[in-house]
Amino acid sequence: MKGKLNLNFLFALALLATAAVLPLFLQRTSGGKYNMIVLTYAMIWAVAASSLNLVLGYTGQACLAHGAFVGIGAYSIAIMVERVGINYWLALPLTCLLTAFVGFLIGLPSFRTRGPYFAIVTLCFNVIVYATFENWTWLSGGYAGQPITLPAALSGRLARYYFVLAFLVITLLVVRQIVKSIVGASFLSILSNEGLSEAVGISAFRYKLLSFTVSCFFAGLAGALFATASGRVDSSITSYLHSFYVLIYVLIGGVATLAGPVLGAVGLYFLLDRIKGLGEFRYVGFGVLLILIIVFFPRGLVGGLNQLRDWARERRSARSPGEEVAG
Amino acid sequence: MSFFVNQVIIGIQLGSQYMMMALGLTLIFGILDISHFAHGHIYMVGAYLLYIFSVLLGINYWLALPLCMAALALAGVLVERLVYRPLRGTPSINTFIAAIGLLLAIETLVRGIKKDAVRVPVPVDRSVSVLGMSLEVQRIIVILGALVILLLLQWFIQRTRLGIAIEAMAQDREGASLVGINVNRISALTFAIASALAGVAAVLMAPLGSITPEMGNLLILKAFVIVVIGGLGSIKGAIAGGYILGIIEALGVAYISSTYKDVFAFALLIIILAVKPTGLFGERTAS
Repeated sequence: MKGKLNLNFLFALALLATAAVLPLFLQRTSGGKYNMIVLTYAMIWAVAASSLNLVLGYTGQACLAHGAFVGIGAYSIAIMVERVGINYWLALPLTCLLTAFVGFLIGLPSFRTRGPYFAIVTLCFNVIVYATFENWTWLSGGYAGQPITLPAALSGRLARYYFVLAFLVITLLVVRQIVKSIVGASFLSILSNEGLSEAVGISAFRYKLLSFTVSCFFAGLAGALFATASGRVDSSITSYLHSFYVLIYVLIGGVATLAGPVLGAVGLYFLLDRIKGLGEFRYVGFGVLLILIIVFFPRGLVGGLNQLRDWARERRSARSPGEEVAG
Repeated sequence: MSFFVNQVIIGIQLGSQYMMMALGLTLIFGILDISHFAHGHIYMVGAYLLYIFSVLLGINYWLALPLCMAALALAGVLVERLVYRPLRGTPSINTFIAAIGLLLAIETLVRGIKKDAVRVPVPVDRSVSVLGMSLEVQRIIVILGALVILLLLQWFIQRTRLGIAIEAMAQDREGASLVGINVNRISALTFAIASALAGVAAVLMAPLGSITPEMGNLLILKAFVIVVIGGLGSIKGAIAGGYILGIIEALGVAYISSTYKDVFAFALLIIILAVKPTGLFGERTAS
C-alpha cells in the first residue's frame, strides 16, 4: 500500500516538474509560445474538469451546467474588475464565492431529481444562462464582449501560465483533501448506494448539495482564470457545449481519479487544437469516443490503467502468495 | 380576442410537435427505462431526410412522409442495437452519457457536411382566415396529423398483440420475458415506433421553419421537460404536457418576449420540480 502511494506521488511530482519546466523550452520559438497559450487554456479546463469530477465522479451526480458556472465565473470577475472597480485580487475570491452561491441556489430545486433527470434540469439551467447572456447585451457586452484589465503582474503569458498552473495544483490538493476526509467518504457512500447511506444517517440531499456547491466554487475559479487568460469574455463561454466537453474530459480521463480529469482535459484540448484543420468533424470522433469509452471502459483512461495494474498485481500475488506479505 | 385565439391555435400546433416528441421519449422511458437524449437529433435527421427526398430528389412531399418515417424507424433500431443494448444493466447515467456522445456525433457530422440552414417548400402554400386573422394551412395539417398519429398509437397499444406485449413489458420486464415475450424485439420495436413518431413531427414541422443541425437541441430539452412535468412514463402526461407547454410558449412569445421564448419551458420545469418533484400526473419521482 505504501509503495503504491509513493509511486503515485512520484508520478505526480514528475508531471508537475515537467509542467513547470516546459515553458522554459516553449519560450524560445514562436510555435512554442503558441503552444504555451494552448496549454494555459488546457489547464483551465483541467480545473473545470476536476471540479466536475468532485460532483460527478465522487458523488455520482452528472451536472450538465458547468459551462454556465464557468461562464458566470468569467463574467463576474470581468464585470467586478471593469465596471464595479473592485481590485483584481479581491475580485478573484469573490467570483468563486458568488459562483458557489449561485450553484447552491440551483442545487436546491435540482437535487429533488436524480440521475438523468438531474442532468436534464442542470442542462435546462445552462440553457437559461446561455440565452440570458446571448440576449441581454447590457450584461454580456453583446458581440464585443466584456474586456477585463489585468494587474501588471499577470500581463505576460509566462506569468499567466504559472498562475493557472498554481491554481490547478491548489484545486487538485483541495479535491484530494476533501475526498480523503469524512465528507468525501459520505460523497462516495452516496455514489455507491444512496438509499443505504440515507439509512445509516447520511443526508444524501445535504451532501450532494455540499459537493455541488464546492464544485461550483472551482468552476467559478476556472471561469475567472479563463477571463484572465483571454482578457475578454463573450457569451459563447456560457454555452452548454462546454458542459458537454468538460463531461467528456472527465469521462475519457477517468472519473473518480485525481489525475483522470487533468489528463483528459489537457490531452484532449491539446489534441483538438492539433487537428484544427478537420473543423467540425473533430467532434464526430469526440462523440463516438465517448460512446466507446462508456461501453467498454466506464472508468476512463486512468481508471482502466488502475484496473490493469490491480489485475497484474493480483496475478503476481496468486502465483507467489508470500510476496504480498513481504512487500 | 381574435389575436388571442390565433395565438392559442399556434400554441396547439407547437404543442402537437412537442407531444409527438414527448410521446416517443415517454414510451422509451416507460418501457425500457432509457433516457433517450439523442431523440431530438433523430428528429433533426428526419428533417434533413425530408430535404434530401423532396428538394434534392424531387419526391412528392406526401410520399416523402412514409419514407422518412421508415428511414428513421430503421435509425432508431440501429441506435438501440449499437448504443443502448450494450449498456443494458449499467447505471442509467451511463446510458444518458452515451446519448450525449451520440447527439454530439450526429450534430457535428451534419454540420460538417452542410453548415448553412436549408428550407423545404410548404406543400400546401395557402392561408385560411380564422376570426379575421390569417393562419397557414400547414399549421392545421400539423394539428390534425398529430391527432391521427395519436389515435393510431392508442389503437396499436390497446388492440394489437404487439401493442399488448409492449404494455406488458412496461409493467414488468421479467414477467414479460417469462411468458415468452422477446425483450430484444420489443426494445427494437419501441425505438422504431418512437423514431417514426419523431419522423412525423419532423416532416410536418420542417416546412414551417429552417432546418439546422442545432434544431434538435432545444426540442429534446423541451420534450424532456414535458416528460418530467407530465410524470415519467405517463402517456396521458406527455399529451397534456405537450399541449400545455405549446400554448404557454405561444402566449409567452405573443405577450411577454420572443427573445426569451425558449426560457419559459425551463423556468417552468425548475419551478414545478421545486413544488412537486413527481410531476403533475405521475407517481414516480424523476430518478
